[in-house]
Amino acid sequence: MDLSRRDLFKIGGKLLMLASAGATLDEIIGAAPPPEAYRMADHWWGMLIDIDKCIGCGSCVRACSEENHVPSGYFRTWVERYQVEEGKQPQVDSPNGAMDGFPPSQRMDLKSFFVPKLCNQCASSPCVQVCPVGATFVSPDGVVLVDETYCLGCRYCIQACPYGCRYLHPEKHTVDKCTLCYHRITKGLTTACCENCPTGARQLVDFKDPKDPVHEFLRNNKVEVLKPYMATQAKVYYKDLDGAVR
Amino acid sequence: MIPGVDGFIYPNEVELQWGLLIVLYPYITGLVAGAFILASLERVFKVEAVRPTYRLALLTALAFLLVAPLPLQLHLGHPERSLEMYLTPHRSSAMAMFGFVYLWYLMVVLLVEIWLEYRADIVQLAQTTTGWRRLVYKLLTLGSENVSPEARQIDDRVSYIVTVIGIPSAFLLHGYVGFIFGSIKANPWWSTPLMPIVFLFSAMVSGIAAVLVLYMAFMKVKKTPIDMSCLDTVAKYLFYTFVIDFSLEMLDLLHRTYEADESFRSLDFMVHTRLWGSQVILQICVGTLLPLAMLAANQVWRFSELRRKAMYLIASLLTMVGIFAMRWNVVIGGQLFSKSFLGYTTYKVGFAAREGLLSAIGLMALPFIIVVVLVKLLPPWAEGKASEV
Repeated sequence: MDLSRRDLFKIGGKLLMLASAGATLDEIIGAAPPPEAYRMADHWWGMLIDIDKCIGCGSCVRACSEENHVPSGYFRTWVERYQVEEGKQPQVDSPNGAMDGFPPSQRMDLKSFFVPKLCNQCASSPCVQVCPVGATFVSPDGVVLVDETYCLGCRYCIQACPYGCRYLHPEKHTVDKCTLCYHRITKGLTTACCENCPTGARQLVDFKDPKDPVHEFLRNNKVEVLKPYMATQAKVYYKDLDGAVR
Repeated sequence: MIPGVDGFIYPNEVELQWGLLIVLYPYITGLVAGAFILASLERVFKVEAVRPTYRLALLTALAFLLVAPLPLQLHLGHPERSLEMYLTPHRSSAMAMFGFVYLWYLMVVLLVEIWLEYRADIVQLAQTTTGWRRLVYKLLTLGSENVSPEARQIDDRVSYIVTVIGIPSAFLLHGYVGFIFGSIKANPWWSTPLMPIVFLFSAMVSGIAAVLVLYMAFMKVKKTPIDMSCLDTVAKYLFYTFVIDFSLEMLDLLHRTYEADESFRSLDFMVHTRLWGSQVILQICVGTLLPLAMLAANQVWRFSELRRKAMYLIASLLTMVGIFAMRWNVVIGGQLFSKSFLGYTTYKVGFAAREGLLSAIGLMALPFIIVVVLVKLLPPWAEGKASEV
C-alpha cells in the first residue's frame, strides 16, 4: 500500500487523539480485548456453609486432598459430626477428617448434624499477626496464604489459629493450610470442595461482587461464624450454626 | 480411634507442635534473666553480702544466654531461614522481636558488663600469662590497657549504668518470652496477662537457685570454705522471690477456678489427669512447697552451718526441677487439650530424634560446660583479683 504524506499525517493525528483520550494501543490498532484479567482488588473471597445441606459424605475432603496433594493424616478441610443430647456435652467425631464419610450413628434419638470446616480466611487473622517473618499473609483478595519459600517452620501460627486449620507439612517442613484453592479461584473456577459437594452445602462467595448471591443470602438467613468471640473477622459463614459447635 | 487421643480433637491437633526443646527455651532464658538480676543485687542495690556470687552470676548468665537460641534453631523446620527474622522481621509478631531483644541483651548488656568488670583482671592476666593464653587475654583487652585508678573509676561508673539498663533488659528478655505465650488468645491455658510476670518471677527464682548451686559446687571443687553470710543472703532472696512467684501462680489458678469460663472444665480435667504428675506433684508439691518450706524454716530458725548448706542445696535443686516442671506444664500442657475443649492428645518425647531427649540433655549440659570454661578463662574468685577500685 502506498501511503501519501497526507495519509501518514491523518493516521498520526488519529493516533495522537486516541492516545490522548486514554485509549490503549490495543484499542487504537483495533485488536481484540484480552480475556478478562484477574484483578485482586476486585475480589474479597469467603464461603457460605449451609449446615442443613451437609450429608457428611466427605466428597469435599477427598476432593481437597486430591486437588491440593494434602499429606495423609493432615487436613485442609474436614467434616465433623455432632450428636447432641439435651443437657450433655456434645459427642463429636470426624474419623480421618471424614475422608470416607461417617459410620452409621448408633443413636437415632439425638440431634445430629454435620459441620464442614476449613480455614476461616479471617480478615483479622491471629496466625498472620504472629508470623515472625510475614511468611503468612492476607492477600489483597482476602485469602490467607503461606509463602512456603519463606516460612521458617516455627509453628507459632499453628498455635495462634483458634480453629485448628494449620499443620506442618511433613515433607516440606513449612506450614500448610487451605488456600481456598487460590490457583482455581483466580482463574474463574470454584474451589475443589465446593465443586464436588453434591448438595451445594458449600458455596464460594465473593463479597466484592455486587451480583454474588451471598448478599441476598446474608440478608435473608441467620448466619454465624465459628468462635465469634475470637474477633478474627472470619469470612466463612455458617447458616443455622448450633451453639454446640466449637 | 487415634492412639493417644481421648474425646474429640480437631484432626490437625493430634501432633504436638512445640516439644521438649521449646520447654528448654524459656527455662534457659529464665536462668539468664534470674542470674543477671541476682548479679544486679550487688551492683545496683548494694547488697554487699552477695558479692562472692556477683561474677559467677554474670558468667552463668552469659553461658546460658549463648545456648538460649540453640533449642529454637533445632526446632525450626527451616533453620537456614532463621536469619530472616533479623532481615525482614514482621512487626506485629512477638516472636520476631526475639532476635533483637536477644542481641541487645547479649551485646549491649551482658558482654559490656562482664568486660568492664574483668578489664583490670584481663590486663593483669595478659601481662602475667604466656603462650596462647597471653594472646587470648591480649585480644580480650581490646587494646585498652589503662588500669589507672581514674580509668577504673570510669569503668565502674559505666558498668553501673549498664547494670541499671540491664535490669529492665533482663525483665524484657524474659517477660517477652512470657508474652509469646500469654498473647495467644486461641489458647486459654496460655492467654493471660499474668504470663509475662509469672515467667519473670519464676525466671528469677530459677536463676538465683542455679547460681546458688553453682557457687556451692565451685567452692567444693576449689576446696574453699563457703561464705555463709553470702549463702544465707542469696537463700533469703530466693525465698522472697519464690513467695512472690508462687503467689502469682496461685492467683492465676484461683482466678481461673473462680471465673470458670468455657475452657475451665477441659483444663481442670487435664490438670487432674494428664498433668497431675508434672503439675500437682512435681511442680507444686516437690518443686515449690517443699523448697519453700525449707527456705522458710531458715528464716525462722537458726540451723547449724552444715544443715543450712544441705537445706539450701536441696531446696535450690528442687526449685530448679520445679521451675522446669512449670515450663513443661505451660508449653506441653497448653497443647494437650483440644481447642474444641472436647478432647486431649498425648506427648511422647523421642529419644534420639532432633527434638528428642538426647538433644535436650546435650543442650542442658552445654551451658554448664561453658560456665566451667568461662570460669577457667575469667576466674570469678577474689584471690588475685585486680578489679577492686
